Amino acid sequence: MKGARAVADVILRNISKRFGTVEAVRELSLAVNDGEFLVLLGPSGAGKTTTLRLITGLETPDAGSVMIDGRDVTHDPPGSRDIAFVFQQYSLYPHLTVYDNLAFPLRSPARRVPEPIIRKRVEQTAELLHIASKLKNRATRLSGGEMQRVAIGRALVRDPSIYLMDEPLSSLDAKLRAELRLELKRIQLELGATILYVTHDQVEAMTMASRIGVIRDGQLLQCGTPREIYESPSSSYVASRLGSPQINLLPAHLLSDVPVPPGTETVGIRTEHLQIAARNGGRMVGRVHRVEHLGEQNHVHLDYKGEMLVTLADPRQPLQSGQEVELHLVHPLCFDRAGQRIPAMVH
Amino acid sequence: MTAVLTKSSAHSIVEASPRAKIVAGGLVILYAVITILPLLWIVATAFKSQSDAIAYPPKVIFEPTLEGYVNLFTVRTRQTPDFIAKLPPPETWYDKLVRQRDMVIAGPSKVVPRFVNSLIIGFGSTFLAVFLGTLAAYAFSRFRIPLADDLLFFILSTRMMPPVAVAIPIYLMYRQLNLTDTRLGMILLYTAVNVSLAVWLLKGFIDEIPREYEEAALVDGYTRLQALRKVVLPQAVTGIAATAIFCLIFSWNEYAFAVLLTSGEAQTMPPFIPFIIGEGGQDWPAVAAATTLFVIPIVLFTVLLRKHLLRGITFGAVRK
Repeated sequence: MKGARAVADVILRNISKRFGTVEAVRELSLAVNDGEFLVLLGPSGAGKTTTLRLITGLETPDAGSVMIDGRDVTHDPPGSRDIAFVFQQYSLYPHLTVYDNLAFPLRSPARRVPEPIIRKRVEQTAELLHIASKLKNRATRLSGGEMQRVAIGRALVRDPSIYLMDEPLSSLDAKLRAELRLELKRIQLELGATILYVTHDQVEAMTMASRIGVIRDGQLLQCGTPREIYESPSSSYVASRLGSPQINLLPAHLLSDVPVPPGTETVGIRTEHLQIAARNGGRMVGRVHRVEHLGEQNHVHLDYKGEMLVTLADPRQPLQSGQEVELHLVHPLCFDRAGQRIPAMVH
Repeated sequence: MTAVLTKSSAHSIVEASPRAKIVAGGLVILYAVITILPLLWIVATAFKSQSDAIAYPPKVIFEPTLEGYVNLFTVRTRQTPDFIAKLPPPETWYDKLVRQRDMVIAGPSKVVPRFVNSLIIGFGSTFLAVFLGTLAAYAFSRFRIPLADDLLFFILSTRMMPPVAVAIPIYLMYRQLNLTDTRLGMILLYTAVNVSLAVWLLKGFIDEIPREYEEAALVDGYTRLQALRKVVLPQAVTGIAATAIFCLIFSWNEYAFAVLLTSGEAQTMPPFIPFIIGEGGQDWPAVAAATTLFVIPIVLFTVLLRKHLLRGITFGAVRK
């Protein structure tokens, strides 16, 4: 389906966008490579959607440039950019059937696709998304999950340089979200599609992305594979974005027996890296505050010198509130005063 | 759970009690009767004879006649019974009807051209007002227009003046431009008055249509105008229908400007109807017949667009 392409499909160079007094995007640079599933992860208001809209041309950047397939498109209209966009909501036309909704992008006067080819593309796409039986339905007569499939399908009928997706799953319930997450990844692999996907959901980012870009206040903080971002975050903020329950952040001076590099202000310990054991002479002792039973595992909330820490424990391990336990840290992450990561000492 | 709720519906907060339903139904019927009575009276009067129409106490039961309609569509002259006796026998039922009153038909009346004027001016100005209003409303809704709020207020303010206040300047202006007593002049005038209403109503409707719809079309390679036609208009159809009805009702019923600016060529029905004169004053059955015919197009138009109107009046009124 795809022809030979340049290595990077989309390159953003130092783009900035300001709305009144709000700086939505600040000097952001990013390259999306061919066939890559890049997820921009950040809270609402971080500038994720604005970044997508700058790429589509629905907004014009105040500074910087947008390159698509090696072409500078910074000032081109949206229609000539060879992009498909999946909106968070409202992307289906209620006055059209599912078939006509899917055919809509192909029927654009600029594209002039012959009707038999449209039919073929629409049917293929519907097949891919398991909505072939719904083609004659009105767009409004679908369940939430089906609507979202059609919305994604509207992008997939085309063969653009890049698919941009703005939280396409966020309005669905948890079960559907999990289901579509898997399917989206399957489809991306099947088509070899390049996708730039925006979300605030770390699970979506971790499960689908070939690379994750963590974004906050209009700035890209770190970009790397999910594993890189999880295991070696560049700052305490990035560390706290991924992982559930959140990473434990502990002031360094409270630690005992743990060697940290000079300048370390905060130490981050992921829940699975905080191990507990019965008291046996270790110097870090915490008190069990509360145990949450989740079935397959327990979340143990610990009080350590006034700080609350969370760790995982085997549900069969007998633990009671008030019990004192010994703490052992594995792979602590060290951050300086500004929250930037300090490389750990080599043991 | 559901069964229990259904059983106790009489005490439910959402479901009205049977008594409340009867009271509400009664009120609706009462209102319907009050509204429809004058209309029925007019329809009935059109079938009365001259004397039955002005009889006191009013006659509810009468012998129906088509005299009113015949009088509406014809001009007649009174003749002596001798003269009428000498004429060849009447060719049509209405010739016969007129001769019974010692009259002969001299020609058609002006009601048909007046009615045609009303149709052309009413629908013409409605179309123009809705067309221009849609474009303006779309622009106000979607683009950053400098001083948009002031412009919108200015547009609305044109409706705050009563016609009398602007009658003289408009009359002078129209005389200068040779627009008095022309259909074009009346269409322009009604369009100007209606466009303000259209812009305001339609802006509300278009504001409700998420802009993501058009943006999706823009990304897919449609131009803004194509997106407007393919995406926005089909979804604004409810609002457009409601607006069209309001505009048509205004220009259809407009009386003050019509009296002032039209006398012959471009005269519409409203100034024509009250001056249907028979012998010795107003020809009430003919007036009633004219009124009946006058109401029909607007009823048809409203019934045709009823589906949209019902949703249209509430839609756009609710702000989220």
